[in-house]
Amino acid sequence: MSAASPRAPGQRIYHGHGTPAKTEGRLARLFLIGAALAFWALFLLAPLVVVFGSALSEGIEVYVAALAEPETLSAIRLTLLASAIAVPVNLLFGLSVAWLISKYDFTGKSLLITLIDLPFSVSPVIAGLMFVLLFGARGWFAPLLEALDAHVIFAVPGIVLATLFITAPLIAREVLAVMQAQGDSEEEAALTMGASGWTIFRRITLPKLKWGVIYGVILCNARAMGEFGAVSVVSGHIRGETNTLPLHVEVLYNEYQFAAAFAVASLLAFLALLTLVLKQFVEWRAHKKLHALSMQDVPAPLSLPPTPGVSS
Amino acid sequence: MLSRRGVLPGFGLSLGYTLLYLGLMVLLPLSALAYRAAGLGFVEFWNVATENRALVAYKLSFGISLLAALTNAAFGLLLAWVLVRYTFPGRKLVDAMIDLPFALPTAVAGIALTALYAPTGFLGEPLARLGIQVAYTPLGIFMALVFTGIPFVVRTVQPVLEELDASVEEAAAILGATRLQTFTRVILPGLVPAALTGFALAFARGVGEYGSVVFISGNMPFKTEIAPLLIVTKLEGYDYAGATVIACVMLGVSFLSLLAINLIQRRLVRPQ
Repeated sequence: MSAASPRAPGQRIYHGHGTPAKTEGRLARLFLIGAALAFWALFLLAPLVVVFGSALSEGIEVYVAALAEPETLSAIRLTLLASAIAVPVNLLFGLSVAWLISKYDFTGKSLLITLIDLPFSVSPVIAGLMFVLLFGARGWFAPLLEALDAHVIFAVPGIVLATLFITAPLIAREVLAVMQAQGDSEEEAALTMGASGWTIFRRITLPKLKWGVIYGVILCNARAMGEFGAVSVVSGHIRGETNTLPLHVEVLYNEYQFAAAFAVASLLAFLALLTLVLKQFVEWRAHKKLHALSMQDVPAPLSLPPTPGVSS
Repeated sequence: MLSRRGVLPGFGLSLGYTLLYLGLMVLLPLSALAYRAAGLGFVEFWNVATENRALVAYKLSFGISLLAALTNAAFGLLLAWVLVRYTFPGRKLVDAMIDLPFALPTAVAGIALTALYAPTGFLGEPLARLGIQVAYTPLGIFMALVFTGIPFVVRTVQPVLEELDASVEEAAAILGATRLQTFTRVILPGLVPAALTGFALAFARGVGEYGSVVFISGNMPFKTEIAPLLIVTKLEGYDYAGATVIACVMLGVSFLSLLAINLIQRRLVRPQ
């Protein structure tokens, strides 16, 4: 790209005012905006409105009762547990992956990157199936589990494992992108001054990564709490025991308790909206930092978290 | 693996931990699947893989995913264009909500779309009066897959569109091109690789999608039963071998389609 004038990355060329030399006519513009908004309203706004509308369709008492039910509370606990395990484990994995891939060159690196992204291209149902084949009644580890009298499939450990598999690439991807964009000149400078590897990581790398890490954690948490397909295969749908919130929604819906199903679903929809707001905030903060840097004429580009993030 | 380059410490630790975790969490489960499939023998594998019910399921999953991803490509380009090039009230909100399908659990999306398009639903009822049934038909599966695929094309095209050099468009205009010519000959070719990436991601996601589809599809064998649902059905009947076969076919076909898209993309990006 041959930019005529220096421009900060991410800066919009057409920002409100200043139309390009030739642009679409007013009518064409209105038509395009109208078509885009119609599609947006039909596919994104309408489902969200339906969730909240149906949740309150039988009155606030039914809504509150559905949420206060012991089975709902147990589903909330299980969902929080799965996420509380998945986020720190994936964070550790993500930092390790990012350090390995951004700081060193070695043979097999691109193969490794493909492997890390692999859970994105495996159907969640197939992910669940793989764990059933490992830990199920006739699985590889069945004799071992039997000897220990432990259960993985149709029990909480299976749900945690399926969640870990599905969310594995999320934090790694975000942190890696930020670490690669930042380069390692500061780390190398610290090394020449005699800092140990651990000190460099803790005092230099980690603070620089802050927003990338937060971004990854938000995405990972949303996916961990909302995962359905993989968890559904390994859960066994035991009420009050192995139902996460999305599974509890399914159970209620299949029992024709629509208002209750949508009430529980509205909790998850709230979570989704909160995720979008936080994501927006992090992007705004990262952008502000970028802007501040370009004002000081610091040449090192600080990249925003990459966009096509959670392919879930 | 050992020909490392880089002066910073921690190579051994990060390599060891990454490989250990990947091995346990990703490679071990995958090899369980491969091992199970290999134990079946070719004839049995082929017979299960080409059952009529399975063939219909593949056709539904891959066919509707393809149509949905094409729809996403078209509307994703439109949305990205409108969000980058124009200002209008509520643009920030529209932009932020594009990621909703990533953030909203698929089961929630599934029951919401079903309620919306059921014959008694807000949109289903007027459509039913026109003789169009959406819920519990392949059209319903299509709607669910369009929903889950929206962010991919928008989010891959948007940054490319933002970085596009205005002077090229100006040059085209000065040389006498109409706006439509400038768009199709100058702007669009630059966007196609990104749009294709988004298309491929949406397609891959659609093929494996389960949560948002099971509620609206009605799950009738030979009619609206998608391949991931067939896997679940076989698992519920403790037919692990059957489930493994369908899973392997799905993974194989997905892999080949992504490879094909990759090759097309390489050809497009190569300078003439």
